[in-house]
Amino acid sequence: MTSSNRRPIYMDYAATTPMDPRVAKKMMQFLTPDGEFGNPASRSHAYGWTAETAVEEARKQVAALVNANPKEIIWTSGATESDNLAIKGVAHFYGGKNSKKGKHIITSKIEHKAVLDTCRQLEREGYEVTYLDPEPTGLIDLDKLEAAMRDDTILVSIMHVNNELGVIQNIAAIGELTRARGIVFHVDAAQSAGKVDIDLSSMKVDLMSFSAHKIYGPKGMGALYVRRKPRIRLEAQTHGGGHERGMRSGTLATHQIVGMGEAFRIAKEDMAKDQTHAAALRDRLYDGVKDLEEVYVNGDMAQSVPNIFNISFNYVEGESLIMSLKDLAVSSGSACTSASLEPSYVLRALGRNDELAHSSIRFSIGRFTTEEDIDNAITHVRAAIEKLRALSPLWDMYKEGIDLSQVKWAAH
Amino acid sequence: MSVYLDYNATTPLDRRVLDSMMPFLCEQFGNASSGHQSGRIARAATDVAREQVAALVNAHPSQVIFTSGGTEANNLALKGCAARLTPGHIILSGVEHSSVRSPANVLKKYGWRLDEIGVDADGRLAIENLRAIFSGISADRAKILAVMLANNETGIVYDIAPIAALARDFGALLLVDAVQAAGKIPVDFTHSGAQLMSLSAHKIYGPKGVGALIVDKAVDMEPMLQGGGQEKARRAGTENVAAIVGFGKAAELALSELSTRHAQTQTLHHYLEARLRSELPQVCIFGQQAARLPNTSFFALPGLDGETLLMSLDRAGLAVSSGSACGTGDVEPSHVLLAMGVSPEHARGAIRVSLGKESRRDEIDSFIDCLKQQVHVLQRFAAVAYA
Repeated sequence: MTSSNRRPIYMDYAATTPMDPRVAKKMMQFLTPDGEFGNPASRSHAYGWTAETAVEEARKQVAALVNANPKEIIWTSGATESDNLAIKGVAHFYGGKNSKKGKHIITSKIEHKAVLDTCRQLEREGYEVTYLDPEPTGLIDLDKLEAAMRDDTILVSIMHVNNELGVIQNIAAIGELTRARGIVFHVDAAQSAGKVDIDLSSMKVDLMSFSAHKIYGPKGMGALYVRRKPRIRLEAQTHGGGHERGMRSGTLATHQIVGMGEAFRIAKEDMAKDQTHAAALRDRLYDGVKDLEEVYVNGDMAQSVPNIFNISFNYVEGESLIMSLKDLAVSSGSACTSASLEPSYVLRALGRNDELAHSSIRFSIGRFTTEEDIDNAITHVRAAIEKLRALSPLWDMYKEGIDLSQVKWAAH
Repeated sequence: MSVYLDYNATTPLDRRVLDSMMPFLCEQFGNASSGHQSGRIARAATDVAREQVAALVNAHPSQVIFTSGGTEANNLALKGCAARLTPGHIILSGVEHSSVRSPANVLKKYGWRLDEIGVDADGRLAIENLRAIFSGISADRAKILAVMLANNETGIVYDIAPIAALARDFGALLLVDAVQAAGKIPVDFTHSGAQLMSLSAHKIYGPKGVGALIVDKAVDMEPMLQGGGQEKARRAGTENVAAIVGFGKAAELALSELSTRHAQTQTLHHYLEARLRSELPQVCIFGQQAARLPNTSFFALPGLDGETLLMSLDRAGLAVSSGSACGTGDVEPSHVLLAMGVSPEHARGAIRVSLGKESRRDEIDSFIDCLKQQVHVLQRFAAVAYA
């Protein structure tokens, strides 16, 4: 069977995931022409009430995964919107014209663009943002975070699991720091929900963003956790009919909500099993490539989810590597920024030089990845690396013992 | 018996729309921004959908920004444009949807003045009122005007052409909310004179959770969602491929079936109102003299409590509504009717029937028969109560 007949092996779960068949099945009830199609806000008939009941059931399921109160879950169109709503919502509420609280925000350089670009927007509006550097492991140093906190800091936003590296931040500890100072704490949990335990009854997190399509649910669907005790206030960003207690207006997409609820229910049930599965596969993948020279794992493996595995292969040009791996669906850098040829800003923030940043591949696996997928991936990767290094003059120079950092390159 | 007559609130998916979505709910799950094959397939599908949505309203695909729905589209239009202008005036018709009124109100906090154009009992816009408002604003002040093409409660269709001409003369940006109009009547963005137009899929037998804002490229508009650069950096967020594909299919069908759907619905609509007028002669049909969508009847039966009537209709298996679904659940009289000069008592008793492309004559019959019965019952109780 030639590779062109086969679909590529999908190892880009961090970009998006296939819907779990159980999720798709649940959604169908609300998608078929003779199914439950009512507008959940229709108060005058059973079509509406049935839809509303399903929405509230799903809300409980999402809340249950993170041990929150269903009233604390707001439906959004995805984690991007949740991040925008959380950050702008807090900034405008607590840092607005009449507020005496302040206009300082702390985040990290390795957040998703949805957080970084929102912060940049707030800078244009007169807010001040501190972008913390991660350690070379990818972790945020808590002492440095604490040192950055000021009297006028109103918000800290640190993601739970980094989408490029898989690194897990210590959000429980960060929450202790922020709560002690009355600073609102937002966590982008798009990549962590269903992979890492989250207990919002004990973690002092005030706002948390969720995405359905990262956890075998539908695209176009997310949620924002908004703490009620102590009460977190937000300025709504989408106004209209007053849906979601006025925090987010717009007709609720019943089928998408039901899908997200089901995905989160399954995630709660299957998390231990899913993660054991992923860990075994990640280790298998690493074992299959680690003997190749000049291979660098990006991010501290011991403090990462096994689902995301980011490796740089030195002396291999990044674009060529991706092209050679056309039988593997992987990514270099996050999907959201792959249109540009800039090296990953996350890897640069870790201190990786441009060459290593360019020659990195993110492998991300999940519930449906098989051992066969991993073994095929290893074969492809090894073949590609060997072929590309054979063609690489830099690799030759390295093998001859030349210290490339000492070479004076002639201009053309 | 279960009869759905609330198509303006939402519509069921057309079977063909669902079929078009299925591959993208199942094996074609790629992220449209990913560079590999599954991403490229997703991207190609969204490109096709973009063309289909553009075609429905005679716009160019590059003018289409996919959003999570009509509410987001209206918010983006108003707040996005306002963000790039020095605060001036926002002028709304008195009958706009809450997803236009609410963001407009929020903009007051940022220094924008809010003005309203009056409407009469037949729902006609007081264009001279608009001219007067415009004349009272100095030429260098920014002006954003929002007038919906068709009202979701009354079905009244507004004549946008003279509004647009006036907006052009006075240098105002014009947003036309076409959420209820698209798919029911011909809509032509390019010749409308509007710079912004909002659309929603779940009103035209497409999925919930997706809509579009049509924007003329000359308009300077700030994105409301920042992040991964999707929609040419106008609206961030992983594309909801299945929903976008469904929206495209729904738009394609709406365009190709526009005349048939219009004719069929129109016939039933005439039948419904003829029976109402002859068998419940006390009925007051709002805006009946105005040009209206072929599917909407908003009426009141004086002296009867609308909520009670609705509940009893629901018990009998008939789904209608008292106006916009997008309410907060309290029993406020429709602001649309109040703007038209209808008294609060009349407005509170209002019932909206909105037909769909699958609606049938026997459904109308069931509705009228049941309505008459319930009216009779309520009148008897009222008589007893006051005895």
